[in-house]
Amino acid sequence: MNNELKELYQQVILDHNKSPRNYGKPGEFNHSAEGYNPLCGDHVDVYLVVDEGIVKDVRFEGSGCAISKSSASLMTTIVKGKTVEEAESLFEDFHDLVTGKLTDEEKIASLGKLGVFQGVRDFPARVKCASLPWHTMKSALRDEPTKVTAEP
Amino acid sequence: MINTSTKTKTDASENLILKDTSGFDAGSIRKDFPILNTTVHGKPLVYLDNAATTHKPLVVIEKTREYFEETNSNIHRGVHFLSQKATNEYEEAREKVRSFINAKSLKEIIFTKGATESINLVASTFGRMNINAGDEIIISYMEHHSNIVPWQMLTQEKGAVLKVVPINDHGELEMDKLPGLISEKTKLISIVHVSNSLGTINPVKEIIDLAHSKGIPVLVDGSQSIQHLKIDVRELDCDFFVFSGHKLYGPTGTGVLYGKEELLESMPPYQGGGDMIAAVSFEKTLYNELPFKFEAGTPNIAGMIGLGAAIDYVRGIGIEKIASYEKYLSDYAASHFVDIPKFRPIGSAKEKVSVFSFILAGIHPHDIGTILDFEGIAIRTGHHCTQPVMKRFNIPATARVSIAMYNTKEEIDHFVRAINKVFEVFA
Repeated sequence: MNNELKELYQQVILDHNKSPRNYGKPGEFNHSAEGYNPLCGDHVDVYLVVDEGIVKDVRFEGSGCAISKSSASLMTTIVKGKTVEEAESLFEDFHDLVTGKLTDEEKIASLGKLGVFQGVRDFPARVKCASLPWHTMKSALRDEPTKVTAEP
Repeated sequence: MINTSTKTKTDASENLILKDTSGFDAGSIRKDFPILNTTVHGKPLVYLDNAATTHKPLVVIEKTREYFEETNSNIHRGVHFLSQKATNEYEEAREKVRSFINAKSLKEIIFTKGATESINLVASTFGRMNINAGDEIIISYMEHHSNIVPWQMLTQEKGAVLKVVPINDHGELEMDKLPGLISEKTKLISIVHVSNSLGTINPVKEIIDLAHSKGIPVLVDGSQSIQHLKIDVRELDCDFFVFSGHKLYGPTGTGVLYGKEELLESMPPYQGGGDMIAAVSFEKTLYNELPFKFEAGTPNIAGMIGLGAAIDYVRGIGIEKIASYEKYLSDYAASHFVDIPKFRPIGSAKEKVSVFSFILAGIHPHDIGTILDFEGIAIRTGHHCTQPVMKRFNIPATARVSIAMYNTKEEIDHFVRAINKVFEVFA
């Protein structure tokens, strides 16, 4: 397989695509948002339970490509237990990572598993796939009522 | 129909250019399209996204270049040599379009920037004039968004109603439902000739005859038929016919609205400006005659002249010959696609053009598109601006292969082989 493709479709990504974690609408949640990419039809709902500034639970539901699905799945595993500020800060780092703005190796390493999405930066058309779940989560945390429509 | 002898591999199997047994020489056609020599990620380009836009033959590229080098001037207003030359070439392109679709008069050929603008023009003029509160417009479930949204905007503005002909599981219109949708309030039927996402060829003649028996005019969206089928607007007897030049091997930003002269005469102008007037004072403007009444402002002169060259090119080969070769390649493709594991075609109408929408169970079309791109293959993935169709089949998106006259059997083989790469990634 081509190297760039290998970078994009890493084993972790393929695994989360196949068996997404924290999938399905929870019985209880106090923040939610709907993300939608009108260009491709990708769709994701993010539900959060936030208590005293801490993300106690986060789940998602939707349909999309391997990149968007695995991004949503990994996001839920990483954000769970973080404070809202930490979650928002991770959003910024993730966004910089997939758009190629984040190049500091140490910083990338500190993102842990999220680093697998670094390959996305070579696929400008796929950046919105990876970032849609994160935009949606941010919108849910801020209780923004409008539908999220991915990258401008 | 597949000729079994064509399945034999030849020693030219490394070469994507090969003569076809139907007598159509795709190899020499390919030489007319410089872009087909492109490599993508180090592989020869295999362009299977022709329903999105077709490539341009050298004659179109050269004609456009020649226009800018030797003719460039504004039209319909100068007395100088170049302006006259530009006007002549622009109007010759109109004659080429007229003759290509067999319209009665040049007055019936309005130049626009594309099929979308052509439909919006009809909605803004014919629509605003004739559609009132409670009136009805009929479209179908398989329309491109460009034949949904303009009518939605109009019906919302007027308090009118949009009715939709349903489609069956094969992606064919449920024609038996159409008579029940027509009422005394129906003021227009606007229907796609060939579906861009399903490939279905709709029985537009039958629809037109039925509509006319009730005195209802019909607009036919020919964006996906003009490049595949012989179009005769007089034989169809459609009231409006629209298409985009860029899907007919012409430049982008070129489009056509055909309308019956008496209808166009009765319609108010679309945009106001230069060229669409006969005389202007601050009290009153006298509008220009057809077709100029609908062509305000300096148009895409080079583009329309390029479209004229594209039509000459297509006629030089013969649309019937193109159609027959595309049918041959489609049959070849269909016979090989069935062997692809997890392959589910979306759209299996009896009457189809060379457009294949499909999904692979468990693999999103976007991932298919990205992986095939690395094999040099260009396909379209997404909802194809037909979200109601996606909803009808309960899928978010499809991958779509659309074949043109310069495609070859070897490219289809390459595509089928490349699909294995998708399965390698998503093992």
